[in-house]
Parts: sequence; C-alpha cells; structure tokens
Amino acid sequence: MRRYSVFAIAREALRYHTGWERAWRAPEPKKKYDAIIVGAGGHGLATAYYLGKNFGITNVAIIEKGWLGGGNTGRNTTIIRSNYLQDPSAAIYEKARSLYETMSQDLNYNVMFSPRGLIMLAQTEHEVRGYQRTAHANALQGVATEFISPQQVKELVPIINLEGPRYPVLGGLLQKRGGTARHDAVAWGYARACSDMGMDVIQKCEVTGVRTEGGKVVGVSTTKGDIDCDKLGIVVAGHTSVLAEMAGFRLPIESVALQALVSEPIKPCMDVVVMANTVHGYMSQSDKGEMVIGGGTDAFNNYTQRGSFHHIEETVRALNETFPIISRLKMLRQWGGIVDMTGDRSPIISKTPVDGIFVNCGWGTGGFKAIPGSGWAMAELMAKGHSPLAEEFHMYRFREGKFIDESVAAGVAH
Amino acid sequence: MLTLQCPYCGVDAEETELQGGGEAHLKRFGPGSNDDDFEGYLFLRENQKGIHFERWRHAYGCGKWFLAARHTNTLEVFGTYPAQSTEPPQHIKDAISAKLPGWKWGNFS
Repeated sequence: MRRYSVFAIAREALRYHTGWERAWRAPEPKKKYDAIIVGAGGHGLATAYYLGKNFGITNVAIIEKGWLGGGNTGRNTTIIRSNYLQDPSAAIYEKARSLYETMSQDLNYNVMFSPRGLIMLAQTEHEVRGYQRTAHANALQGVATEFISPQQVKELVPIINLEGPRYPVLGGLLQKRGGTARHDAVAWGYARACSDMGMDVIQKCEVTGVRTEGGKVVGVSTTKGDIDCDKLGIVVAGHTSVLAEMAGFRLPIESVALQALVSEPIKPCMDVVVMANTVHGYMSQSDKGEMVIGGGTDAFNNYTQRGSFHHIEETVRALNETFPIISRLKMLRQWGGIVDMTGDRSPIISKTPVDGIFVNCGWGTGGFKAIPGSGWAMAELMAKGHSPLAEEFHMYRFREGKFIDESVAAGVAH
Repeated sequence: MLTLQCPYCGVDAEETELQGGGEAHLKRFGPGSNDDDFEGYLFLRENQKGIHFERWRHAYGCGKWFLAARHTNTLEVFGTYPAQSTEPPQHIKDAISAKLPGWKWGNFS
C-alpha cells in the first residue's frame, strides 16, 4: 500500500494524478477463511482490522450485501461521545473515543476527527439532576465531562435561545473531547488497511445461509457461492435478526427506522455538537456548512431504510424553538437507516448458541461513535474467546436480569 | 404515512393518531415458568424482514387496542382485526399467503 502523505500529493500533482492506486482490492471469495465477518460497515471492518492488527489473524473476509459503508455507517449524524452513565458503557465508548483521536495516523487515512465539544442540553429539572448524576459517574469512570450553566452554554453556542417558553435551557452536560468525524472515511480507512493486510473485502455478496455441523459453524452460503470458515462474526446492525434466524437462534432485538436530515449549507455558526434529548433532536454543523440534524425512531418494526415523515416535522419543530436561526433554512435531504434496538439500549457483543459464531449488534441509535471500541472488543472476543470490554455485553444478560440500562441515561438521542 | 383501519370504529387512521404497541399474540409466561419461556416472553421477538403481527392503539381516536398484519419491508398492510383474537383471521392469513407463499411467523403459517 502506498502511503498517503504530503510528498505523495506533491508527487502526484507533478504527474497529473496518474499514480494513485486503488484504495482496496476487489477480490473474488476464496474457498475458506480463518474468519468471516458479515457486514462491511464500520463495526465489521473495525473488527477485521483489529483481528489483524492486534492478533495477527489476516486470513479474513469481510462480506457485504451492498456496498462498503452503505448502511448505517453512511447514514448517521457522525457524533462521537462517551458520556454514558453505566461503567461498562463508559469503558467501551471511551475506548472508542480515544481510538478516534489517533485513527487518522493509525490508518494513514484522514477521518477528519474533530473533537469540537458536545453539549447535551438539560431542559427540564429532571434532566438537570440526571446529567449532574452522569457528570459525577463520568468523573469516577475517568471520562472528562462537566455540568455547565445556561450562561456557559450560551457562550459556547451563541445561536441558542435559552428562554424557550416551553423548554428553557437549564444547563448542559459538556464533553469537551467529544465531537464528530467523517463517517465514510472511517469505513474507507478501515477497508484500505484491511485490504493492505491481505484481507478480502467482498462487496455485493449477500449471505443467504449459515452452514453448521454438530452445533459448530462451518461456513456461509452466499450469492457468490459457499465459503468456509472457522469463525463467523455477524456484524450487520438492522439485519441481525435475519442472520440469526439463518444460524438458528433468536436475539432480543427489534429493527426500526431512524432518520436524519441536513439543511442547505450556511456560513459557520455553531462549532459544537448540541443534543436536546427532551425534545428529540440533535444538531451539528458539517464542514460543508450544512446543519446536520438527527431525530427519533418510528414506533414499529421496519426494514425500509426510510422513516415516517412526521418525525422529521416533530424534530425540526422542536429545534426551531431552541435554535430560531434555523427556521428559514431549507431542508437539503433526508434519509433513514435500520437500527437494531435492545431492551436496555446497550449493545450485544457475544458468543452465541452456535460454536464459532459471534454477534456484534444492538448498537441501536448510537453505533457510529463506538466503531473502533466495538471492533477492538469484538476482535478480542473472536480471537481469544474472552474480552474484558465486551464481558458484560453478552446476549444472555437479559434472561439473567443483568441489564446495562442506558435507556434512561441516554434517552433516545444516542 | 402508514394508514391502518381501526376494526372498531372503522376509521382509516393515520400513523399520527395511532400508538404502536409492539408484537402481537405474545403468550404470557409468569412466575413459576422456566427461564427459556420467561426470556422468550419478555425479550425475544420475531423481528422478521417480512410479515409482522403487531398491536396498535387508536390512541387519538376511539382509544381501542387492535391488531394488524403488516409487511416490514414493503409496509403493505394485510388487514387489521380485534385485539381479542388469539390468532389471525383466515382471510388475513390468505391475503398474506397470496403475497408470501410459505410464510411462517411464530406458531402461525
């Protein structure tokens, strides 16, 4: 792999950019791999990357039904934070956030990580108490957050209206080292690094069956033929239940549509990420100038990658009150993705009833921020059969009553 | 916008006047049941990419709970029926079979 650098840019500038090589190969599948990862989104690619980097397992295929990073990796609002309440969550999300800090150097690919700061607004008395509690929990967990006053919020976000008649801003939970990153670049950077290690990223290859013998996985059937493997990682977000059914087990998740939208681009006006969980909306400004806005989920099972339009209306209506400046903006585009929701709103990184099959799912509405930490833990689990970061996220925690309850702590806006 | 006909008041209700209630036809397993059944009742859901039977409440209308058969990938509605039903009526099963031959969902097919 030819490294990207300022010298490479200069060299190519002098020869009309004829020397750039493809970032990743487009191979046909081999007969057998040590490990197959289903799903070439951020989580799947990160899993493969850390299997190679941390454990030297490089005879790996990453199989993707559509195109690389075309699912939720390319559909999220790119927010990165780790201000969670529960210890296991804080550990894995903070691991992910810290890996984002060095990801561009690590992958030799600019993922444009921007630790611009992130504020979760407290707009009711309950939220004030809740976020103060989270700030205390974060202090114990070693996650740098602080509870700030409305005046401090105003200093950081001059366009905010503190005196909303219905939901005034009463304070905020600030994570200075939270922020955003370029979501496509995360998938592309990992894919390039995986390909460089000799792994096969196989796109437009749908898994149609999971083959097992005597309770152990032996391979998958795909639209490009049967492929054998010793270990199988299912990392397919909204379609996890479909894959689990092929493998013969059930999971405590339901798939629903989550939507986001962007406005037309405007001049820079907000250099932090603001989340308003009471009114169901969060907003940041992209480098292109668009206001990136995320909203709530539908209330019914859905695999269509588009949500109900009235949720967009509700989100924008709520944000209009807090950010009057956006009231005249036109919407540029709107889209949806299928998210896999668990009962406690925490992910599942787990062994399964089938020997050799591992599952990484349930990230719900907040997977992007976790990509490197999720891949790190999943790779360790697949390589060693045990991962401290993933330990409490196993799929049997529901029947054992050991929830990692973030549904209250994180609200809907992950 | 999803539109479901309320089987009680007959109104074609838009999604905004309805409230989703999750999976239908759950069999309750209470205290004393084994762990597998209890886990299944509380947490494990069908979540198919295909047919789904689910509960809805006509919240901003007559207020009644009812059940619906819907396709989760086309959003086609195959029919709605009273909440007291222990299994989907035959005409709804037939409508589903016409579109999805060989469908299976929980104990129904």
